[in-house]
Parts: sequence; C-alpha cells; structure tokens
Amino acid sequence: MSNPQIEIQLIAALVAVSCAIPGVFLVLRKMALISDAISHSILPGIVLGFFITQDLNSPVLIILAAGTGIITVVLVERIQKTGLVKEDTAIGLVFPALFSIGVLLIAKNANDIHLDVDAVLLGELAFAPFDRFLLFGADLGPKAAWIMGVILLITLLLLYLFFKELKVSTFDVGLSSALGFSPAILHYGLMSVSSITVVGAFDAVGAILVVALMIAPAAAAYLLTADLKKMLWISVCFGVFAAISGYWLAHWLDASIAGSITTVLALVFLLVYFFAPNKGVLSVMYRQKQQRTEVSLLTFLLHLNNHQEEEERHINHLREHINWQQVKANTVVKLALDNNLISITNEVISLTQKGLSFTQAALEYIITNKDDKIEHLKDDFFLFRG
Amino acid sequence: MTQKIAIQVDDLTVAYNYKPVLWDIDLVIPQGVLMAIVGPNGAGKSTLIKAILGIIDPIAGSVAIYGEPYKKQRKLVAYVPQKGSVDWDFPTTALDVVMMGTYGSLGWIKRPGQKQKKAALEALEKVDMLSFKSRQISQLSGGQQQRIFLARALVQNASIYFMDEPFQGVDASTEIAIINILKELRKAGKTVVVVHHDLQTVPEYFDWVTFLNVKKIATGPVKDIFNDDNLTKTYGINYKVAVNK
Ligand SMILES: Nc1ncnc2c1ncn2[C@@H]1O[C@H](COP(=O)(O)OP(=O)(O)OP(=O)(O)O)[C@@H](O)[C@H]1O
Ligand SMILES: [Mg+2]
Repeated sequence: MSNPQIEIQLIAALVAVSCAIPGVFLVLRKMALISDAISHSILPGIVLGFFITQDLNSPVLIILAAGTGIITVVLVERIQKTGLVKEDTAIGLVFPALFSIGVLLIAKNANDIHLDVDAVLLGELAFAPFDRFLLFGADLGPKAAWIMGVILLITLLLLYLFFKELKVSTFDVGLSSALGFSPAILHYGLMSVSSITVVGAFDAVGAILVVALMIAPAAAAYLLTADLKKMLWISVCFGVFAAISGYWLAHWLDASIAGSITTVLALVFLLVYFFAPNKGVLSVMYRQKQQRTEVSLLTFLLHLNNHQEEEERHINHLREHINWQQVKANTVVKLALDNNLISITNEVISLTQKGLSFTQAALEYIITNKDDKIEHLKDDFFLFRG
Repeated sequence: MTQKIAIQVDDLTVAYNYKPVLWDIDLVIPQGVLMAIVGPNGAGKSTLIKAILGIIDPIAGSVAIYGEPYKKQRKLVAYVPQKGSVDWDFPTTALDVVMMGTYGSLGWIKRPGQKQKKAALEALEKVDMLSFKSRQISQLSGGQQQRIFLARALVQNASIYFMDEPFQGVDASTEIAIINILKELRKAGKTVVVVHHDLQTVPEYFDWVTFLNVKKIATGPVKDIFNDDNLTKTYGINYKVAVNK
C-alpha cells in the first residue's frame, strides 16, 4: 500500500467511527431523517463560511456550518410545534429551502469559488490526501485526518462523560427531565455533535456517505443486540469495515470510493436483515417453522399419552385421529422416533419411558407455567424458551 | 392536623395549545398519605403530575415540595410514568432500566457502580422480577413492565412517589403485589400519589383522594369526601349504583 492509500483508509475509518456514534442515538430516537436534513441544509453555512475564510477546512467554517445544522433542527421543531404538520413534513420543508439558498449562493458567485454542489454531495475521498496539514513547514499528514481525528476525540469524550444521560433521555424523556437531566440540553448537544461531524466529514466523503455512515451501521446493529453499549461497538465495527472494504472495492472496480463504501453499507445491512440470529427474517421464519413442528409433536405425544386403546395408536389411524396430512404425520413420527420418544410394535405406537416423562414435564409446564422441569430442554425446544 | 405538607400546589394552570387542560389548581398533600387522583380520561391527571415534576411548564401557578421548588428537591421524588410513554424497543434490559432510577442521585457524568447495581437487584427482588433481570424490556408483558417501573421508582429511595396508572392492564395478583408495596411505602412515612381509574377499589387501597376534572373538584381523606356527590361532579354521571352497589 502506498502512503496516500493508507491515508485515505485512515480518513474513511475516522469518518466512519465519528458518524456511527451519534448515528446510534439518532436511530434510537427515530431521527434518522434529521441527519439527512442537516447534511443538506449546511450548504449555505459552508458557502458563507467559505466567503469569510476562503478555506474549506477552516474551523470557523465548520462552526458556522454546524450552526446552520442547528438552525435546521430548531426550524424543524418550530414548524412541528405549530401542530399543523408532522415532523417528516417539517423536515421536508426546511432542508430543501436551506439547501437551495446554498445552491443559489454558489451559482451567483461561481467565479470566485471552486466549490460545486456535486463536491458537497458526493465528496472525493481520493483527493483528500492532497490537502496537507502544514505546521512551520513540516508536513503532518492530510488535513481531513486531523479534522476528523479532533471531531472523533470530542465525540468520544462527550460519549464517555454523558453516556448515562444520553441513554436515559433517549429511553424515557419524562424520567430524564424528572431526574434533572434536561432532555433539551442533551438533544441539542447530540444535534450539535451530529452537525459538526457532518460538516467535518462532508469535504472528504460527501453528504450522502455521511448520512449512510450514520444510519446504516446503527440500523444493522440494532437488529443484532439488545444492549446499547454493544450496539455502539457493533455500529463502529460495521462502519470501519465498510470504510476499509469499500475503499478496496472502489480500488478494484476503479469506482468512486464514497459510492463503494455506501454499497458495502447497504450490503451489510441486507445481510444482517436476513441473517441476524434473533430478529433476522430467516431466523424468524426458521423459528416459526420449528415451533409449528414442535406443537405437532407435542399434540401427537399428548394424544398417545391420553389414549391407551391400541386402535387410537395405530400408525395408519393417526391421520384420522389427529387430523393431519400424511406428510406432516410422517415427519412428526420420524422426529419422535429419532429422539427415542416412541416405539412402534406391530404398527402400534407407544410412548417410551423417555417419551412419557417428556410428555408429563411438558404438560406440567403448559398448565402451571413453571419451567424448572423443562430447564434442560430449553436449548433444543423453541417452545420452552419462554 | 399538624401533619407536615409534602406537596403544595398553588393556582396551577397548564395549557398545551390554547385552552387550559388544568385550571387554577390548588392542592395540599400531607406527608405520609397514599393518595388517589381520580377523574375521567383527559381530565388532566397525567398533566398535573408532569407539571408538579417540571416536565411541562405551567402558564401560571407554583409547586412546592416540602416548601421548596421541585428543582431543589428532585432527589426526594420518584416517578412512574403512564405506560407507553417510553420506547419499549430500546436496547436495554430490565436490570438496566431499574438502574436508571439511581441516576438522579448520581447527578451528571458520574457512572453507576456496584452499589447502584446492588440496589437495583434488591428492588427487582422486591417486585418479584429478579429472574427477568437480563430480559430485553420489549419482551416483557405489560404487567411485568409495570413491575419494572415500580422497581425503578423504589430504587430512587425517594420520599414522594408519583405513579401514573400503575394498575393499567395488570392482573389481580400483580395489582395486589403493587398495592402492598405502596402501602409499605406509606408505612415508612413516604407520600404516594397514584393516578387511579378503578373507583371500586379506592376506599380499600387509599386513605386520601383528589377528584380532578380540569378543575380540582375536591381533595381530602377518603372517608370524608369519597362520596356520590363528588363522583357525580367529577364524572358528570350518577355513580350511586356503581360504587355503593
Ligand atoms: N402533548 C399534548 N399536547 C396537546 N394536548 C395534550 C397533550 N397531552 C395531553 N393533552 C390534552 O390534555 C388533556 C389532559 O391530558 P392528560 O394526559 O393529563 O389526561 P389524563 O387525565 O391523564 O387522561 P387519561 O386518564 O386518559 O390518562 C387532554 O385533553 C389531552 O388531550
Ligand atoms: Mg393519563
């Protein structure tokens, strides 16, 4: 790997981590759309900041643009508070307005600035290493890496300090304010961090990738865990994974890096969506199928348990007695046989000792809901996991 | 009576949009009572609690907890919100939710440690939910969720408890378990304020009652003021049949 290659990946990874952290809270607060709004409506802030500073990477510009992000949030809330429109409508009203002001500003002053809308939306990671951070003539590396590094450090520090406050105010606004953790302060704090992250990252990676890096890792992590800390870790890992592998995908396809990273993010989310162990689509389908089979097996065993008369337990009569289709009956009988729950002599089925105790334990669980007797069965039986 | 006053509400008026949903409420709640707030849906019961706790700003009036504004007395107060006011799909466990009750005493920045965890486990034990401590909260039943919230309030170790419909959608045994815990709190000298809908059980569960319907209709000891007259004023229908059988 050449130096610029490493630097690009470093920048991408820094952006990914910086985005994933506020992203988790945005997703949990059902505010994913607001990141999209911020990423577009900062445009006028960037343009104005650029007029003043003549430097796309100046901290002043970042602060100004982040200010526009906050203004977006405030405007959205104000409009929403009137009760005349819903939040998504308010977002849809605010950010195109601000964005188009930015577009007009650029168009009117196109001669003076080398700034175009495409660059803001898509960014170009490949060029990021060319813009160096020079101090007393010494080259300290790409500017973007420094900017994102500082933003990430601030984000991590704030997360460390205010983790419990963010958690409680996201989970239960009422409790949070009753305990004295002002939800408004936390809300605007989160919005400020999100805005600064978006502004800091847009020049390197573009607004679209920023939004993708905020939302997709968090949305995927949400499906994988029921623990906020783990969700943060998983999001960060997904983000970094997408950043690095997206870079190599772009390298290999000779395509846009931001586009490739976004593609990887989409793929990661899809994979998780289908294959997540508990909430994934396939896992849910498998569990339901298993449960149906288990219910049939139990019905079958209970039937055997209830009927001593041979005629009721004759293999060819099962169909009429328990009202099953032949295929299902065969599956269930085979399952019971494989597990030594039943034995067949002269085409008459009986419960084995194991089958008998299993049936009685299950019966007791179903009736009393006490699960001590079936504790050891929980790993094999979905129905008993309670 | 020379009882200490736990909560005093003066001229409280609250509006969400234009029309006030609470009008000029005066209320004095003595220390050590187990009080029901009753009134029809939309009467402003939840709003009253939220205004007392500073969750919403009133347009007029004041609230004092032991003579001081709520902001100064936060640590003395615990609150169980009405169900559905939290995000049940939030990635967190029952134990973690109960731990949140300790955050108030920790203040900003400080993190919960072993002491807080121990308190949370004890509270879970008290509401008989210890075996569910690692369960994700969305996978609890409504009554179990209610118990978790009660545990969260218990762990706050407050002097005053506000509970917004703790019996909503819980079975008889859970209801009895909850009311017994509340009665224990009262015995320990705490003040407990409960939004309650089941008028039949008011005399049995509570010793103090407030009738509310946008305005305060009456407040006082159950044995003195829990009568058909006040019920009719509050609900606008004759309650004779319903309560006195
Ligand atoms: N966030 C809000 N914005 C606007 N109006 C509100 C809001 N919350 C409550 N209201 C209105 O204020 C009034 C009082 O509501 P509140 O929730 O206090 O009633 P409640 O007595 O607790 O009713 P319930 O028994 O149904 O819980 C109602 O008319 C309700 O429609
Ligand atoms: Mg209510």
